[in-house]
Amino acid sequence: MRQCELLVIGGGPAGLSAAIQAAKAGAKVIVVEANAEAGGQLVKQTHKFFGSKEHRAGTRGIVIAQILRDQCKEYNVEVMLNSLVMGIYADHVVAIDVKKSLTEHNIERIQAKKIVISTGTSENSIRFKGWTLPGVMGAGAIQTMCNYHRVLPGKRLLMIGSGSVGLIVCYQLMQAGAEIVGIVEALPHINGYAVHASKLTREGVPIYTGYTITEARGTDHVKQAVIAKVNPDWTTVPGSEIVLDTDIVAVGAGMKPLIGMAYMSNCDLLYDKALGGWAPCHSKNMESTQSGIYVAGDTTGLEEASTAIEEGSLSGIAVAESLGYIPTAKAAELKDAAWHRLNVLRSGFKGEERAIAKQKQLARYAEVMKGGK
Amino acid sequence: MYLDHGIVTKEELIAAGQYPSEARMKKGPVAVCECLQNIPCNPCETSCPAHAIHIGENISNLPELTEEKCIGCGSCVIACSGLAIFLLDKSYSDKVGSVSFPYEYLFSFKVGDKVKAADRSGKCVCEGTVKRILNTPKSDHTTVVTLEVPIDLVDEVRSVYRPR
Amino acid sequence: MRIMNHPILGEQKDIEWVTIIVNGKPLKAKKGEMILAALHAEGIIVNRYTTKRHEPRGIYCAIGQCTDCMMVVNGIPNVRTCITPVEDGMTVDVQEGLGKWRGDK
Repeated sequence: MRQCELLVIGGGPAGLSAAIQAAKAGAKVIVVEANAEAGGQLVKQTHKFFGSKEHRAGTRGIVIAQILRDQCKEYNVEVMLNSLVMGIYADHVVAIDVKKSLTEHNIERIQAKKIVISTGTSENSIRFKGWTLPGVMGAGAIQTMCNYHRVLPGKRLLMIGSGSVGLIVCYQLMQAGAEIVGIVEALPHINGYAVHASKLTREGVPIYTGYTITEARGTDHVKQAVIAKVNPDWTTVPGSEIVLDTDIVAVGAGMKPLIGMAYMSNCDLLYDKALGGWAPCHSKNMESTQSGIYVAGDTTGLEEASTAIEEGSLSGIAVAESLGYIPTAKAAELKDAAWHRLNVLRSGFKGEERAIAKQKQLARYAEVMKGGK
Repeated sequence: MYLDHGIVTKEELIAAGQYPSEARMKKGPVAVCECLQNIPCNPCETSCPAHAIHIGENISNLPELTEEKCIGCGSCVIACSGLAIFLLDKSYSDKVGSVSFPYEYLFSFKVGDKVKAADRSGKCVCEGTVKRILNTPKSDHTTVVTLEVPIDLVDEVRSVYRPR
Repeated sequence: MRIMNHPILGEQKDIEWVTIIVNGKPLKAKKGEMILAALHAEGIIVNRYTTKRHEPRGIYCAIGQCTDCMMVVNGIPNVRTCITPVEDGMTVDVQEGLGKWRGDK
């Protein structure tokens, strides 16, 4: 059976960053990625990132993806593509389904000294009459089709949800030539960054705050959507309905961490709405409650690509240190720098509530390791 | 209110100390950072060659523009990831002025063309003449479009009008 | 609809085309793209119909997690078209219910 020192599950910004830091220090690293290309959600992010220079502010997500892929090559990280991790078994044996063709799959087993789980999140769905009609999809889904596959399944988009994802996807759809019928937000105010919304309002996009979608209409695909004013208890106000012509309804209603691997490995999980749901708790080294299994990025709680890169880097440094590749003092310096960059990202509007949630995860880890439940 | 629906007003910006003075706008192009939310972000500060924008150690601080230092070069307009910075110029005429804004859409207008101009709510408020279209490799696809518009609308025009 | 020109991604040029057969009709597809993308480029948005109520299903997650985009590809049912690349001559058919396997009566 093949051996390696670090096996990274998921080749998105967190996973690639973990691999880069560990390989840079000398470890033998394999990244296992289910898709045909590594980069995670970065491959669809055509917008310029926020933060500061050290967070690569001003660089487009798609460019950062290429930078990370190039660095993996530079440090001899082995990246397995079209390879889906099926599970983590005893003694850190990882079983992988390697897709060779439409009809041919191989099962490979690799034993790793250390594992980083960086499997990201998946989109939430909301249910309303007609939600299963073709044309109703996740906000991330329309972003993938538009920015990655460069196709549009329709021309008129109604976005449900005004978080930063919903807002930025509308902007990106406009860049691709689609028309934004409107944005529907249940809260009485927009949920994402105001500057994202301003880009849309100055292009005349209507934002319906205090509204929700009640129906998607059509026979074989969406043709119209009905929205209505929504009360705090989610009932709608009779007579407030507006019928909108639309052929794509995208739902940007948040995401939840993909915790299958962490759960299967008996990592302790903590529920926090601020992080999107259940997520594995971890130490300051990003180690889960299972020794030798680290967690990084959105799988530990929904944040952003920038935080995923930092958490991934942190886990890679910690793994390299535990393998003896980085002396303690140097590792402490690198980890402190990564934590500083993380704390900067977890400030301001929205940042603060994530900082609090992450503190709870660290506290939970400490509690479990002490023997608490 | 701006944070509720994304449409900021000149009055809100002035109240927050974020709008250039009339006197400064009459001297030449000056930047305005229409950014009133504390989010961790500082490319405007680091891109300014004149060090006219200050955010500081806590990068969630709002950008503070010192209008006397601003040379109106537009580096910040290109650098702002939120596309929230504009250049305003009321200096060269009593009747018309110019607004420069970041633009990341496909377009077919050329310098000299007349286009319809929109305010922050997307409403068509006037016609403008395209004075300049700036796109350099360093901009990474953030074009800066300069429109000449009636002088009293320099405070309102923020994009090319998009018919619906 | 294909996005041939894009303000950030640039223009799509020198495309290599292949032909796939969708619901019996030939369709032009970009070499190596996902089947779902080729379908959307031509406005084909229904991938399958459900077993019990014969309801249409199409793209939902686009990244291989939800199974709404499954179709019968080269006679094999339950193929997720959003993560399966096209091949010249491939047949792609709307799936009815759970599809038919070799040996099904």
